[in-house]
Amino acid sequence: MSDLLLKVEDLEVHFRSSSSIVKAVNGVSFTLNKKETLGIVGESGSGKSVTATALLRLIPNPPGNITGGMMLFEGTDLLSLSDKDMRSVRGNEISMIFQDPMTSLNPVFKVGDQIMESIRAHRKVSKKEAKAAAVDMLKLVGIPEAEKRINMYPHEFSGGMRQRVMVAIALACKPKLLIADEPTTALDVTVQAQILDLMRHLQDTIDTSIIMITHDLGVVWEICDKVIVMYAGNTVESGSVKTIYENPLHPYTWGLLDSQITSEISNEEGLSAIPGSPPDLREEMPGCHFADRCPYAQEICFSAKPEMVEVEEGHSVSCHFQTKNTRLQRKERVYHG
Amino acid sequence: MGTYIIRRTFDLLPTIFVVAVIVFIITRLIPGDPAAVMLGPQASVEDIEALRENLGLNDPLYIQFLQYMGNLATGDFGTSLTYNQPIVNLIMDRFPNTLILAVSALIIAFMVGVPAGIISASKQNSLLDYSVMLVSLIGVSMPIFWLGVMLVLYFSVNLGWFPATGMGTLDDGLIPFIKHLILPSITLATIPMATFARITRSSMLEVISQDYIKTARSKGLNEFWVICKHAFKNALTPLLTVLGMQISMMLGGAVLTETIFSWPGMGRLIVDAIDKRDFVVVQGTVLFIAVIFVVVNLLVDIMYKVVNPRVNYTTSKGGTK
Ligand SMILES: Nc1ncnc2c1ncn2[C@@H]1O[C@H](COP(=O)(O)OP(=O)(O)O)[C@@H](O)[C@H]1O
Ligand code: SF4
Ligand SMILES: [Mg+2]
Repeated sequence: MSDLLLKVEDLEVHFRSSSSIVKAVNGVSFTLNKKETLGIVGESGSGKSVTATALLRLIPNPPGNITGGMMLFEGTDLLSLSDKDMRSVRGNEISMIFQDPMTSLNPVFKVGDQIMESIRAHRKVSKKEAKAAAVDMLKLVGIPEAEKRINMYPHEFSGGMRQRVMVAIALACKPKLLIADEPTTALDVTVQAQILDLMRHLQDTIDTSIIMITHDLGVVWEICDKVIVMYAGNTVESGSVKTIYENPLHPYTWGLLDSQITSEISNEEGLSAIPGSPPDLREEMPGCHFADRCPYAQEICFSAKPEMVEVEEGHSVSCHFQTKNTRLQRKERVYHG
Repeated sequence: MGTYIIRRTFDLLPTIFVVAVIVFIITRLIPGDPAAVMLGPQASVEDIEALRENLGLNDPLYIQFLQYMGNLATGDFGTSLTYNQPIVNLIMDRFPNTLILAVSALIIAFMVGVPAGIISASKQNSLLDYSVMLVSLIGVSMPIFWLGVMLVLYFSVNLGWFPATGMGTLDDGLIPFIKHLILPSITLATIPMATFARITRSSMLEVISQDYIKTARSKGLNEFWVICKHAFKNALTPLLTVLGMQISMMLGGAVLTETIFSWPGMGRLIVDAIDKRDFVVVQGTVLFIAVIFVVVNLLVDIMYKVVNPRVNYTTSKGGTK
């Protein structure tokens, strides 16, 4: 038995509107081993959430559709499962937590019921056993007075506490994969660190793999083993965190790194130092998706699409000028003009 | 919760008092001498004077008011001259009939309208959705009088399935009772049914796009459960508001429906009383209906709390955030 848990290949997700097709995810590939943490980074709109949602096959249809690719989870293509089999994967083998804990819990049901529901959807247990398990989960995620808290409603919890509840719901059935879609973005900095600590700690406790979606490279350096960088529905760079930390190669990744430094200096979240905005995903683009904003772009970038190339072991980049034999010279703080 | 209900019930008393005052003032503001109006143009001056004395219209206004309030406090709504009966008896006679009609109409409206709205929302922009919306658009704009007459013409006159008018009693057996009830109920149910469908659809659509619905799906729950439990309970609040309004309106008597089908309910009582210029009856029934509005409102407020834990205990209607 190999250590491979998930292998995604050429995933494509398109959204159809009356007049156009938005190619939100356009050939994303990655692999994830057991107990590993994969980071997906990219600016907002780059297709991270859509990729995550596609993994659970929860893309709203219409207008969305998974139009191509494979998602092999423990060797089975999730796309080949019946709806019923897919439901038994959701929340059981693969769970997800979302960005905004203020809106991701149902306001009209007690917190305990929302955890128990997750357990009872997948395990044949009595109400009493489910309740005991829910209390245990709340304790596990560090909520004090769990026995009492279980009967409270979400609005009686702070944002950080609600995200802990979401973690409890997601991990209640001890899934093999936890997808966290910007789980700390909506939280205060101190609370962010607590939630990340909690996730790291629980990953060891229940041996789960994590896909951590974030626009914050700091989070990636801190908790991920591997990372893929997404731009406009494409993977532009992927590799181990160590490689990419030490030797980032794609101009877009450089831009993200620069913008991270800027946001640390100015203490402003999400401030992008890359001028311009992502391309319109409805339009057919013959060249590199990043060409319009890339300080290194040459003529070929607008006419030919660069392929993902493994430029060193375990490190792939899609840029015409970053190959096995050639390197671009990274210019100092080029995004600031 | 218990103390909340008790406190809100006590809150009703001032409201009802104000309503009583308003009803009193309005009936006094109606131009003309009520006694003269009641007796008609042929009445002699002596007769009118006698009636004025009888009705207490010759007393100073504040005496009349105190008298009226005092009577109300003891549960005396006055006595109708045209019916020669205490108003309370008239109302107790008619109100159960209105209640029967209203309850069966509401059941029909709810059982059809709400599921239609739910299905419509969960299949947004499908042919089914468009059909439901078209039918409900026709429903809300349906002229009730015309609909009632058409139903009678087709199902009573042509097919002879149901009686055209009147109300059966349970003494005649359950089947005739229900047969009498069907056409008026459907007539009365049409507008609320369409309204429920539309409100349910729009508030379900709003809820279905919320993050917690995605959470529910990501837990592996089946779609039926997601829609009927997680989404519907959140969509209930606007529905309750409309439900409360419809109940109040129906319990006040369905004037049109009761007239078409000769249904002996509150609506007919009021129309007849206005016809006969029996202002004591008008005053009493209007007050009674106002009390019903207020009570139904309270019940709706309590229901808000039941379905929505975020409603604050200290104010009547809390915010959602
Ligand atoms: N339900 C939807 N309908 C149409 N387009 C969508 C929908 N959801 C996402 N998209 C499109 O997919 C693209 C990627 O979105 P997303 O994955 O949410 O980005 P992010 O990386 O910020 O998570 C966006 O351009 C967005 O317009
Ligand atoms: S291919 Fe060209 S445009 Fe794209 S990243 Fe490389 S240099 Fe920039
Ligand atoms: Mg996102």
